[in-house]
Amino acid sequence: MEKTWNNKAWFMVLPVLLLVAFSAVIPLMTVVNYSVQDTFGNNEFFWAGTEWFEEVLASERFHDALFRNLAFSLIILAIEVPLGIAIALAMPRSGFWVPVCLVLMALPLLIPWNVVGTIWQVFGRADIGLLGHTLAYLGIPYNYTQDPVAAWITVIVMDVWHWTSLVVLLCYAGLVSIPEAYYQAAKIDGASRWSVFRYIQLPKMHRVLLIAVLLRFMDSFMIYTEPFVVTGGGPGNSTTFLSIDLVKMAIGQFDLGPAAAMSIVYFLIVLALSWVFYTVMTNYGQDER
Amino acid sequence: MSRITLDHIAHSYLPSPKTEADFALKEVHQVWEDGSAYALLGPSGCGKTTLLNIISGLITPSHGRVVFGERDVTLLPTEARNIAQVFQFPVIYDTMTVAENLAFPLKNRKVPQAEIDRRVAETIEMLGLGPMARRKARGLTADQKQKISLGRGLVRSDVNAILFDEPLTVIDPHMKWQLRSQLKQLHRRYGFTMVYVTHDQTEALTFADKVVVMYAGEVVQVGTPAELFERPKHTFVGYFIGSPGMNVLPAEVAGDRAVVGGHAVALGQHYRPQPGRTEIGVRPEFVRLDDGAGSLPISVRSVEDIGRYRILRGAIGPHELNAVLPEGRAIPASPRVVFDPARVNVYRDAHLVEAEA
Repeated sequence: MEKTWNNKAWFMVLPVLLLVAFSAVIPLMTVVNYSVQDTFGNNEFFWAGTEWFEEVLASERFHDALFRNLAFSLIILAIEVPLGIAIALAMPRSGFWVPVCLVLMALPLLIPWNVVGTIWQVFGRADIGLLGHTLAYLGIPYNYTQDPVAAWITVIVMDVWHWTSLVVLLCYAGLVSIPEAYYQAAKIDGASRWSVFRYIQLPKMHRVLLIAVLLRFMDSFMIYTEPFVVTGGGPGNSTTFLSIDLVKMAIGQFDLGPAAAMSIVYFLIVLALSWVFYTVMTNYGQDER
Repeated sequence: MSRITLDHIAHSYLPSPKTEADFALKEVHQVWEDGSAYALLGPSGCGKTTLLNIISGLITPSHGRVVFGERDVTLLPTEARNIAQVFQFPVIYDTMTVAENLAFPLKNRKVPQAEIDRRVAETIEMLGLGPMARRKARGLTADQKQKISLGRGLVRSDVNAILFDEPLTVIDPHMKWQLRSQLKQLHRRYGFTMVYVTHDQTEALTFADKVVVMYAGEVVQVGTPAELFERPKHTFVGYFIGSPGMNVLPAEVAGDRAVVGGHAVALGQHYRPQPGRTEIGVRPEFVRLDDGAGSLPISVRSVEDIGRYRILRGAIGPHELNAVLPEGRAIPASPRVVFDPARVNVYRDAHLVEAEA
């Protein structure tokens, strides 16, 4: 068959192109624009070159926020992935309780992020919150507005509460796709519970786990709403993650140039780390094919 | 290796079965001889997989006992029974190499490493998996994977029996023959007891010393392939085995004559008058075109040319009748057939009736 060449295809692509341009490319370019210029308002701009980038990359404030963000992501991954796998393994594979469990698991995922923040903000208060009040009553010192450790614990527990379900549901989907014969064969081979997990369940969950880790990493690295609602980045700067810092800088201090430079650096870091995660995890165990 | 006795086994998947119909497997009393190859043959849902799972211990029967040799294993779990099972879909451990897959059951049983190495090498040799021993099992073809699942059974020195649950379902047709004959060779050489579940009669007849035909939860006949062909004990066996299956025609039986739709048919042997529903069964192979004395008129629906012979699909009155005819002879416009009297079986309520001595 002969291929037809005409420009009709452009008309098909154009709407999407326009949409992407307005929603992503143009805003991104505005940010790039701001990041290399200085402005004092009045729509006057001065060329700044790489000055803002140098400033951001050298600033201790940025380093601290980046470190906090990495630590946060690693901690919640270290908790949510094993916990999610464990819960998925414990869930029933058939019968009446399956839909019940699935709905229960999906509930936290359906709650808007700032509502989750508000829930925990109230939940942890010593005067009216169930958790805060109970801990105070038991004599355990807990005050997330003043104690950085308590603030961190609150933010982490909140994230675990909110997002472990995602890992559970993905793992569960991987688990239920394993045919019954695998378990029967393992029994006949005399495999232990651990071996069944290690050689049957884990390999079958490999792909969904990859997605779960990637999603959780990206989301947690970009976390903003929940800690902002609960702690506002405090006490001090102890829960000021990159995104919170960015908003402070751009809107609080109106330092548009450095904020734009920081956004770009931030964006590149997320992109690079996600790529590294993805390549490492997809290549894992793929050798010797 | 040991003899397997199924002592009045029955199984229902319901918690409190009441009627006969609640049982997926009706009472079976069978002895599987040590070192023989058995095929469990029957249509889907006839209870053959249930029976296999009872032997392997994946299901505990509602009634009866399972005895290996002299040992009652009814309540023992699968792993304590020393059986091996090959499933419909190849089960392999994706992340392990072929050799590691084979070593897995031995490792779990804490066999010394030197012994593991020796037995794994032996099994790889037996199955002809040598070239891929060090490769990941994941990348292999379906038939190679199925060999690995078989190998995980063969590698153990303690297996009482190897059970096969329709193991060739996902194998390409041209590999099926090869794998099956390899299986037969292994059986002849090493003499394991083998139980092979299938719904494919060719597979059953070529593989097994004895074929157990099941129908609606019951064992309807146990016999050699020749017995099943010549003397089906149940009209279902006659119909299920052979291609096309046995012709079954309602008939009145008296003495050495049967009357089919007003025409007399010679029976070769003498039968007592039978109460209940009587039928005669004759295989298409023993139906001849002949318009001599005692022949029956048939109507022809179609003729299929298979190459070496032709299959005539026709009817006597309302009843279907197939005949296998040699090549070359023209089929007359209004054909008549005769049955080989020695090959006509008599059935009452679907069960074979023995002739009077």
